[in-house]
Amino acid sequence: MIEAYRRIRDLVGAEVLGLLAFLVVVVAAFSLATPRFLTGENFGSIAFQLPELGLLTLAMLVPILSGGLNLAITYTANFCGLTLAWILQVHGGVDAGIGAFLLGCGAALAVGAAVGLVMGLVIAYVGAHPILVSLAMMIFIRGLGEFLTRGGDISGFPTFIQPIGHGSVLGLPIPLLIFLAAAAIWYVMLQRTRHGFSTYMLGSNLEATRYSGIPTRRTITLIYTLSGLMCAVAGIVMLARFNSVRVGHGDAYLLITVLACFLGGVDPFGGFGRVAPVAIALLILQVLSSGLNLVGANQHLSTAVWGLFLIAVMVIRFGWHRFGFGR
Amino acid sequence: MPRLLASTEGRLAIVLVVVCALLSVASDQFLTFANFSNLLAASAVNLIFAVGLVVVLIAGGIDISFAVAASVVQYLTVFALQAVGGGNWAFGFLFAGVIGIGLGAINAALIYYFRIISIVVTIATFNAFFGLLMFFTGGKYIYDLPDWWTHRIVFFEMKTPSGWAELTLPGVVMIVAALATWLLINRTTTGRQLYAYGDNPEGARREGISVGAMTFIAFCWMGLMAGIAGLMQVNFVKEVVPSALLGRELDVLAAVVLGGARLGGGRGSVLGCVLGVLLVAIIQNGLNLLGVSPYAFKMVIGAFILFAISTSNISFRKLFGTAGNGRRA
Repeated sequence: MIEAYRRIRDLVGAEVLGLLAFLVVVVAAFSLATPRFLTGENFGSIAFQLPELGLLTLAMLVPILSGGLNLAITYTANFCGLTLAWILQVHGGVDAGIGAFLLGCGAALAVGAAVGLVMGLVIAYVGAHPILVSLAMMIFIRGLGEFLTRGGDISGFPTFIQPIGHGSVLGLPIPLLIFLAAAAIWYVMLQRTRHGFSTYMLGSNLEATRYSGIPTRRTITLIYTLSGLMCAVAGIVMLARFNSVRVGHGDAYLLITVLACFLGGVDPFGGFGRVAPVAIALLILQVLSSGLNLVGANQHLSTAVWGLFLIAVMVIRFGWHRFGFGR
Repeated sequence: MPRLLASTEGRLAIVLVVVCALLSVASDQFLTFANFSNLLAASAVNLIFAVGLVVVLIAGGIDISFAVAASVVQYLTVFALQAVGGGNWAFGFLFAGVIGIGLGAINAALIYYFRIISIVVTIATFNAFFGLLMFFTGGKYIYDLPDWWTHRIVFFEMKTPSGWAELTLPGVVMIVAALATWLLINRTTTGRQLYAYGDNPEGARREGISVGAMTFIAFCWMGLMAGIAGLMQVNFVKEVVPSALLGRELDVLAAVVLGGARLGGGRGSVLGCVLGVLLVAIIQNGLNLLGVSPYAFKMVIGAFILFAISTSNISFRKLFGTAGNGRRA
């Protein structure tokens, strides 16, 4: 029995196992609390809500792994959405064609990457702290977006975009498929590529990484560029989900993405953390939120419960290591 | 001059003087007592937050939850004052201070007893405080406040050609808070210990500095300042709104770090806080006087901070080498 547990633990990691246990407890608790919880409809809505937060969390994950933080993610995503919206408007708004959409997506990705690139360059070559740089970028991008839109919404997009936010393929929501694809790419990037390896090393010890011959500055620049690119994907999905773009959409997600990373066992100082546990952490957050919603609580109580849940998990982890279960 | 340039505070002071000089040429309303008294009043709440936050940063921590904590303090203080039948300023400061310290102690207890990193704890408490506040208050505003609380108290006023220049209660409290923080971190043993602990926690622990005491002092001081800032914000805007201070935490953090506090501990000063907060406030005030669209304010401030970071570190890093990159948060 213990042998079997060890083998599973070594296969998927203790972190994943622990979080799956939490997930089972949460699902079981809500299933007992309300009959509407364990239904296809509920899990369908979870599957549609998860990707926005999920994509932003992936954008946050890589900077945290490298020992930094990217506080500009939500506004970068808004700004990329704005870029796509603007190109669609120029090409006729509701009547815009597929070509305009593809052009807009390309432009959105380019803008996201450019925003990340600037942050990466400042962090890598000036040596300023990522929190300060990304905070300044957040204030700037938000201001620029508000200046251009005057704080208003942009809507009126061609109907063929809607499936990206609301459609399904083989019973799976398209946004979820986009998220899973992005998570898979992130997994491969972090576990199977030289850049991913450098990211972890950088988070563990920047100086040692530099002395071992890794171009740390180029790596840091690439980390933030990729983070910006993922923000652009999130921005495009958010545009399709809400069918409109406004600077400030999803700004409440900013600190939730950090929360999800920490819940998924990512080391706040960087160097340790994996995609799979973070994805499970996201699922737990979303299940908590929808479960509370079904028993009649509002989004604010969910926010509070997310915070309390993170504290509870950290306290349990502390106890786990303190009393020697970790090894 | 080289000594002035060697410190972040010195460089920031020079930038501030240059910005002020440019603005006083560009707008004849800028360099007046009336405008400066407005600036002080508008920066009071942020500066009280800032001097609290700098103590936490010096001790090597970070706090994301303080602005939301201040909103919680406002609501709880309203209820506490109702319980004592209205109260007065003494009760107001007492309740706001004690509740603020209590919320800070929650953060400190989680950090110290369960060895959780401060950014994890305060992001969790940020969500918990705000979520619970919105849940229990239902997002309702409170306008029915005791008269003494919303009444303007003017300590000093002077008629100038450009309007009344005055020093009101938030301004005075701001000065007292800044002086008290300065005394704490520069003139007491505890202050030296906070710097030592932030610079090298393990080294400080081996010297016999109590880790628990440092954590509690830093976060309770932050809590106290958050409580007082919440009290002053109500005096300034004359209403209690649950989401009024949401988002303020990142603005204040940017100003304090701009003022030379190091994320990772061991560095930071009250003067830096004052300069950082004032610089952001003055740019905003200047843009306003120049007739720039308010939608562009944030853009300019963000660009300015980015520019300031990019230029401030380059030459000095290269001159003196990269000693400790301060990546710990």
